Amino acid sequence: MSGTLIETLGESLYLPQTARIRDVRPITAMEKLFTLELPSGLTLDHNPGQFIELSVLGVGEAPISISSSPSRSNGTFELCVRRAGDVTGALHRMAAGQVVGVRGPFGRGFPIERFRGKDILFAPGGLGLAPLRSLINQVLDERGKYGRVTILYGAKHPSELLFKDELAAWKERGDVELHVTVDRPDENWTGNVGVITTLFARAQVYARNTVAVTCGPPVMYRFVLMELVGKGIPDGNIYLSFERRMKCGVGKCGHCQINHIYTCQSGPVFSYAEIKGVQEAL
Amino acid sequence: MSLRVISMDAMGRFVASSRSEYRVVGPKPLHGQYIFGDVESPDDLHLNYTQTVIPPKKYLFPQREELLRFKSGDGEIEPVFDAPPTILLGLHTCDLHAIRLLDRVFSSGHVDQHYRRRRDNTLVISIECLRPCSRHSFCKSMGTLSATDAFDLHLTDLGAEYTVDVGSEAGEALLAKHAKTRRATDDDYQRLNTALAQKWPHFPYRLDFDVSELPSLMRTSYNSPLWKDLGERCLACGSCTNVCPTCYCFNVQDEVDFALSAGRRVRIWDSCQLDEFATIAGGHNFRKTRAERQRHRFLRKGQYQTDAFGLLGCVGCGRCAQACLAHITPVDTFNTLHHERSGGAARPKGGAA
Ligand SMILES: Cc1cc2nc3c(=O)[nH]c(=O)nc-3n(C[C@H](O)[C@H](O)[C@H](O)COP(=O)(O)OP(=O)(O)OC[C@H]3O[C@@H](n4cnc5c(N)ncnc54)[C@H](O)[C@@H]3O)c2cc1C
Ligand code: SF4
Ligand code: SF4
Repeated sequence: MSGTLIETLGESLYLPQTARIRDVRPITAMEKLFTLELPSGLTLDHNPGQFIELSVLGVGEAPISISSSPSRSNGTFELCVRRAGDVTGALHRMAAGQVVGVRGPFGRGFPIERFRGKDILFAPGGLGLAPLRSLINQVLDERGKYGRVTILYGAKHPSELLFKDELAAWKERGDVELHVTVDRPDENWTGNVGVITTLFARAQVYARNTVAVTCGPPVMYRFVLMELVGKGIPDGNIYLSFERRMKCGVGKCGHCQINHIYTCQSGPVFSYAEIKGVQEAL
Repeated sequence: MSLRVISMDAMGRFVASSRSEYRVVGPKPLHGQYIFGDVESPDDLHLNYTQTVIPPKKYLFPQREELLRFKSGDGEIEPVFDAPPTILLGLHTCDLHAIRLLDRVFSSGHVDQHYRRRRDNTLVISIECLRPCSRHSFCKSMGTLSATDAFDLHLTDLGAEYTVDVGSEAGEALLAKHAKTRRATDDDYQRLNTALAQKWPHFPYRLDFDVSELPSLMRTSYNSPLWKDLGERCLACGSCTNVCPTCYCFNVQDEVDFALSAGRRVRIWDSCQLDEFATIAGGHNFRKTRAERQRHRFLRKGQYQTDAFGLLGCVGCGRCAQACLAHITPVDTFNTLHHERSGGAARPKGGAA
């Protein structure tokens, strides 16, 4: 086999290829990071923000964002998966060496070429860091192409913070401004307390040249948007990544529709300008 | 291609002969209603039928369809294509229009090979509707009372004979191989035109406005109070979408053998009217209320599908109106929205009273 994973859908849109689990790393009580390897010859060829359909045969399929960046592919890719139900639960019980099925990559990722030369403000909430991590690391790996990089990350509790080692490394770099907050602290927490929107006052932005990128639970978007729009960032420069129920990933099954828009095809990444007038979007 | 004529007797022999190569499916009586089923002999031919409960889409997009088979352990997976050569015989023109939409949906963007394989192995023989087939249908208002180009052969009943309009080379070849027909004469053309002209007055116009206005009507009806009313009546049973020839939303699930050694991935019809249709992990439901789901259904029918595929998502068959225990009908819905906008009161026309 040779070529890209998406090309293998030529026989059947629904036919996954097998990928081997190379590594499993627990991150929190609910999330694990899976490193997967495609059969030799196949490449993933993804853009940050895209997702794959992950199969555990006999259990089912679930859409999962690709959490690693194309700049760090090395023939493998990473998924940060929360144990949420049947498929993700079964995956959590699997170990290195076992195989899963993958289809994709699907959807429209972040238009990274339009971010060149711009300041970038990342605002992930909770598990929203999983897809944004792909973009963040891509940007950091070609750091010179971008202006200021600011990351405002909110989680419910210190125990739910994802990628703590990477957060520390980002902080170390000196060319990234990182602010982290938790809704509820524990006794060891010395950082910010409060919802993600409380961090926005700390971020100095030159709105006209800033691109903002956010992903998080459905309730978060309205509040984060108020902050971003309030800072004067143009609607077309604000990017959101949405979660919807999905059963096919290829624009047929109907579950992911936001009004007339199939999230799996036109999204999951949208600019605010694109979805502002779409009633079911936010 | 030229118009042909086939006698009633020859029609029976055509079916019998085609069965050597094709699965022939057509309308058959069952418990006082009609359903599409296998036509096993010329005696099974019931081309003069009232509307079937379930549309013929089940042969192109089955209610339950295997997509993949796999063995556990080694990860061996293979796609399943179950596409026997089939003739869909006697489709009313609303169902023909619906197939045209399904063709577009499954062939646009990512081409769905499972649908396509079936469709490519299927010949469609439609029949001109000369009398209404259901008190709920509103095909004339929806512009589906004439055939559209999805057919291979199209029949019109002239009494003792049918005219046969040949719509494709495959249709022509089928006819040449299995049927005894003759070229239509001037007299046949005249009889055909008379039948076509005479049929129209038998069909009522049921929408109070022109269907070309439907997408724009729906676009301005998002905040209508009607949705709340429909939401209060709707039972969220999903019958309306199950019987609809243009609905194709589906669920995908895995089934495993008792021994857990092998399994299959199947797709099954789903319904946007069911509570969990748009629920994600964590429990957030993007269309929580029945009102929101009814609105989604009707906007899909009247606007979204035109936006996405250039064809209306409703062909006016009326099956959903027939099936709905809450008497929710597209005709009443569309008319109410129209009168809300233009200021008049809607007269119930859904046939559901
Ligand atoms: C584009 C996209 C990207 C995503 N990226 C990630 C990612 O990077 N990491 C990640 O962890 N997740 C991600 N998700 C979410 C992930 O897809 C879901 O968590 C996953 O589909 C859950 O599947 P499951 O089989 O494990 O759970 P399911 O068994 O399907 O159930 C999950 C939960 O949802 C509810 N639910 C779902 N279906 C039903 C039903 N039929 N009836 C009742 N309740 C139901 C229940 O509360 C249940 O506990 C993403 C989703 C999308 C759309
Ligand atoms: S058939 Fe009627 S009651 Fe059932 S879901 Fe459809 S509209 Fe609601
Ligand atoms: S919405 Fe109702 S009337 Fe329209 S095509 Fe579907 S079943 Fe027929």
